[in-house]
Amino acid sequence: MDNNYTIADVEKAAKNIRKHVLKLTLERNGCYLSQACSSAELFATLYLRVLNLSESNAPRLPEKFPGTPSKDNMDYIQGAEYHGSLKAPYDRFFISPAHYAAPVYAALIEANRLDEEALEMFNRDGYSMEMIGANHTPGFENAAGTLDQAISVAGGTAHARKLRGEEGRVFVMMSDGEMEEGQLWEALQAAAFYKLDNLVLLVDINGQQVEGETKKVMNIEPLEDRFTAFGAKAVSVDGHDIQAIEEAAKQGEKNKPLVILCYTDPTQGIPYLNERRPILHFVRLKQGEEFDKYTKFYNEM
Amino acid sequence: MKIESDVHSKNMIKFAQENEDVLVLSADLGTSCEVKEFPKVFPEKYLSMGIAEQNMLSWAAGLAREGFRPFLHTFAVFLYRRPLDQLEMSIAYPNLPVSLLGFVPGITTPGGVTHQSIEDVGILRTIPNMTIFDCGDATDVESALNICKEVNGPIYVRMLRGQMPRLFSPDKPTEFNKGRVISEGNDVALFSSSICTEEAMRATQWLEKQGVSVQHVHITTLKPFTDPLVVESIEKVKHGVVTMENHVTIGGLGTAVGEVMLEHQLHKQLIKVGINDEWTHGASKPYLLKKYGLDAASLIRAVEKILDKDLGFKEEELEEIRLEDYDRV
Repeated sequence: MDNNYTIADVEKAAKNIRKHVLKLTLERNGCYLSQACSSAELFATLYLRVLNLSESNAPRLPEKFPGTPSKDNMDYIQGAEYHGSLKAPYDRFFISPAHYAAPVYAALIEANRLDEEALEMFNRDGYSMEMIGANHTPGFENAAGTLDQAISVAGGTAHARKLRGEEGRVFVMMSDGEMEEGQLWEALQAAAFYKLDNLVLLVDINGQQVEGETKKVMNIEPLEDRFTAFGAKAVSVDGHDIQAIEEAAKQGEKNKPLVILCYTDPTQGIPYLNERRPILHFVRLKQGEEFDKYTKFYNEM
Repeated sequence: MKIESDVHSKNMIKFAQENEDVLVLSADLGTSCEVKEFPKVFPEKYLSMGIAEQNMLSWAAGLAREGFRPFLHTFAVFLYRRPLDQLEMSIAYPNLPVSLLGFVPGITTPGGVTHQSIEDVGILRTIPNMTIFDCGDATDVESALNICKEVNGPIYVRMLRGQMPRLFSPDKPTEFNKGRVISEGNDVALFSSSICTEEAMRATQWLEKQGVSVQHVHITTLKPFTDPLVVESIEKVKHGVVTMENHVTIGGLGTAVGEVMLEHQLHKQLIKVGINDEWTHGASKPYLLKKYGLDAASLIRAVEKILDKDLGFKEEELEEIRLEDYDRV
C-alpha cells in the first residue's frame, strides 16, 4: 500500500480514469464508458489507498499476446502480476466483470503500473490488452468474461491463505448485474461457512446492465439484507465517496467475509450520458453532433 | 453479394405473429441478440431472465411442458457451457421443444475465449435427442425458426446477428438435414458450414480458375447428419475431401464427415480445416480467421495437400476480406 497518495490524488486519479476511457470511446468507435464513470472512485481508492500491493515487475507497455495456457506455455506473464507479488502478506485483487477492462487499464495507469502510452495498445489485434479481460490481460487474475467465476476463484485463494495462516486480504470487485447469477451466492455461502474474514467483496451498483436498468431486467434488491442473511458483514456506501469506501474496508468482522455495496451513478463525471439512458452498457457515439459534443467535453476535462 | 441486417430480429417478430404460444427468453443479452425490437411489439411474450442461465434453461423446460414454445436468446457459450447439465437433464433428456438460439458462434466475436463457442457442436453432437443447426447466411437465419418448429424438440442453433451476407436465394429456404450444393465438381469434395462457407466461396472461385473442380456443399444441420448428398459427393470426387468449420477440428463437421466416410467405407483422404485443438483469444475477425487457419488461404493450402500439387497460390490474389462490425462484443 502506497501511503503517499492523498485523497486529492485519488480524486484526480478517478477523474483521469474517466478521461482515459472517454478517449477510447472517441478514438475506437465506442467503449465501456458508463462502467468507468460508476467505478472510477472504487478503483482509484482501492489501488491508491486500500490495497496492500508490492511493486509490479510486469512490462509497463503490454506485450504481444503470449498464447493461451497449455502444458508448453505456463510461464507467460499473468495479468495478476500487474498487482505485484501474488504471495502473502500482500493483498490479492480479483476483477470479476471482464468488460470493465478499459477502466481497469486506466486505473493501472493512474496507479503507475502501466505507462500512459499503454492505452494505445487497447484492443489491438495480437496484443494482450484485450477488450474483455482474461488471464493474460493486465490486472486480471482469471478469464473473467464469463461472469461470477472470479468470486469463487478468489474464495479458494482466500481459503488457501487461511489454511496456511497467511496474512493479507483477497479483494474482489463485482458489478450489480452479477448478483443475478447463482454462483455468487454459492461462493458467499462457502465463504461464510469457512469463516473467510480475509475475503472482501466490493460491488459497483450502478443500476445498469445490458438490457437496461437492473430493477427492470431482474431485481436484485434488497442486497444488504441478502448478504447479511448469507453470513457476510455487509456495508452500503456512496460509491463515489472515497473516504467512505476506505472506511468501509476497515469494517470487517471476525469470521465473516466483508461485502461493501458501492451505490454509484453510471453517468458520474460525464453528465451527457444521461441522454442515453436507459441503454448505457456500451457507448458508441454517433458521428456528428453527439461526437462533437463529447469531444469538446473531453478537451475541457 | 448482398449484405443484410436485422434478419433474425424481423423474422422472430414475424414468427411470433404467425405461431401460437411463442415466448422469447433472454439472459440480459437480448439487445445484443436481435431481440431489441421484439419486446416493443410483444411485451407479454418477452421474458427477461437476467444473468442466470442455469435457471433460464430449466425454467424454459417448465414453460415448454405447459405448452409454450420458448426461444432462448443469448451468446452461444452461455447456452451450453455454463448450463450443460440443465440443457441435458431438463431439456434434452425429456425431449422438450425448447429452441436454444446461440449468438456469436465460434470466433465471430472479439470477446476472447469466454465468449467464443469453439467446441459447442462437438459437445452437443454427443447428446441424445439434440438437433444442431448452424447458420451461414441470411437465408439460413430466416429458415431457422421454421426448422425449430418442424423439429419440435430440443434444438441448438448457431445464430448470426448484425450484418450478414445473403448467399442463397430466399425463394429456396434452407431445409432441415439437407445440404446445399454451391458448385458441382469431381476433383475435391468440400463441406463447409457457418461463416466458413462465405470464406470458402472466395477460395473456390480461385481454385476453379486453376482448373480444380470442386463439389462444394454448404452444411447447416450437424445433428442428425444423414443427408445422402454427403455420401454422393464423396463418392463422386477423384482426390479427396476437405471440411471447413468455425469450430475446433475435433467433434464437429469434420468429425461428422469422417464418421460417414468410415461407416460407408469411403477410403479417401480427409483434411479438416478448423481450429486445431487450441484455445482462441480476443481480436478482430480477419485476424482470428487467419491466425487459427479458418481463412480462404488455409482452405487452398488444404486442397493443395489433397491434390499433392503446388497451385502457385499468392495471398494477394484473393479478394479483400470483408470487414465487419467486430469492435463490439
